[in-house]
Amino acid sequence: MLTDASNIPFALELKSTSFSVPVLVITTDDMDVIEQKLHDKVNQAPEFFKNSPLILDLQEANNQGCLINFIELAGLVRQVGLFPIGIRGGNEQQNKQALQLQIPVHTVSGRDQPLEEKKQKSPSLESEPNEAVISNIAPSETTLITHPIRSGQRIYAKGDLIVLTQVSAGAEIIAEGNIHVYNTLRGRALAGVQGDVEARIFCFDLQAELISIAGNYKISEDLGDSVKGKPVQIYLQDQALIIKDIELHH
Amino acid sequence: MARIIVVTSGKGGVGKTTTSAAIAMGLAKRGHKTAVIDFDVGLRNLDLIMGCERRVVYDFVNVINEEATLNQALIRDKNCNLLYILPASQTRDKDALSQEGVGRVLDELKKDFKYIVCDSPAGIEKGAHLAMYFADDAFVVTNPEVSSVRDSDRMLGLLASKSRRAEQNEEPINEFLLLTRYSPDRVKLGEMLSVDDVQDILSLHLLGVIPESKSVLNASNSGTPVILDEKSDAGQAYADIVARYLGEDRPHRFIDDKKGFFRKLFGG
Repeated sequence: MLTDASNIPFALELKSTSFSVPVLVITTDDMDVIEQKLHDKVNQAPEFFKNSPLILDLQEANNQGCLINFIELAGLVRQVGLFPIGIRGGNEQQNKQALQLQIPVHTVSGRDQPLEEKKQKSPSLESEPNEAVISNIAPSETTLITHPIRSGQRIYAKGDLIVLTQVSAGAEIIAEGNIHVYNTLRGRALAGVQGDVEARIFCFDLQAELISIAGNYKISEDLGDSVKGKPVQIYLQDQALIIKDIELHH
Repeated sequence: MARIIVVTSGKGGVGKTTTSAAIAMGLAKRGHKTAVIDFDVGLRNLDLIMGCERRVVYDFVNVINEEATLNQALIRDKNCNLLYILPASQTRDKDALSQEGVGRVLDELKKDFKYIVCDSPAGIEKGAHLAMYFADDAFVVTNPEVSSVRDSDRMLGLLASKSRRAEQNEEPINEFLLLTRYSPDRVKLGEMLSVDDVQDILSLHLLGVIPESKSVLNASNSGTPVILDEKSDAGQAYADIVARYLGEDRPHRFIDDKKGFFRKLFGG
């Protein structure tokens, strides 16, 4: 059979998507220590780390003046069964070495800095490999809506969502980050839908059918009269939704 | 430039066909050549309200299927020679309408008419979708009760996202609110939403309030659009709406039962 590429209408298509990839933050240049720690980590959750892709973050190490040979480090990571798929925060020479190994060079985005800081401050998190090493490498995005969101409409925001107009009953606004509604919120609002427990909902006039943060929700019936129709912020504390008035100073 | 007006609501029985007939007649009476199209294929009513049911030969679906020309299907109104009616087919269903066919008929009408009024069926399915798809202006007919308001809200969402103007990123459809079957007495008793309640939910430009009126039923039964009943409150309310749509500044009436209250309020 003849295969002429021009006769196949949809042979391929380029699409953009974002993934959550673990980032390994290095803070020492002692390869033996790195190897030991890596083995410990992988042994804690072998299934989770099996053939896992990994981005190597050398910024902290370089800031501390550590001298790391990237080729050596990448080899070590491969030895424990992980696949390095990128480097970030590397110096010129490390980036060059990465490209030699055909590993792409990423820039450091500002968003996950706090997560890394938290990791260093609280060594107790070391026992939870997921939280300690995973950080989202997608840059933060904000979606701004200036037209009314009517019944039956659905808005999904990758990052934060800011709505300047009313959200009608029967409408649904969903964000991976925070939700701000500078108007009446009558529909459903779901913040932190990818599990961000730090996400919050802010609105000028709470009349929502449902509010949810990271899967913890309350329906309209559960909203007390003390908060209905008021400017409020909603956040998660010990897995409970807290609804608090926002004092407006006139 | 011709303008396409859709009269829509989502919910049934709120007064779309009554409104379509009244405003089409109102526009024609004011000297604008106007066509009114019944999109309710299978449940046609516009011809009854317009009193031309015994003169229907060809219909909208015949024109779409090129079984008849537009001129063969258009019925000239007996009261106003600038008004033409394109009736729906009673023996077919909404699947007989196609986007391409509706677009072609509207393009042809635009050459000859100043205003084209599309009387939408209830619901949000194909008939309602095609009635609003090509619109420049939307008259959203709403009754002062919660289910009608919510359906109107839903329809407004569709106007803003599923219309030709939305899909081609053109200037959005102008949306106007028409509150029908309004009874100030019942609002006072708390049995009905007030104009302010509805505006609070829909936040839409209010084109006019049509009071609940016996004259509407009488007009339907006799096959003359209620706007021709110049003595009736509903007839006057529709005349106001047509005037406001054409850019005249007229104070709102029929919102309060105390006569002259709004005259005092607006100093008119």
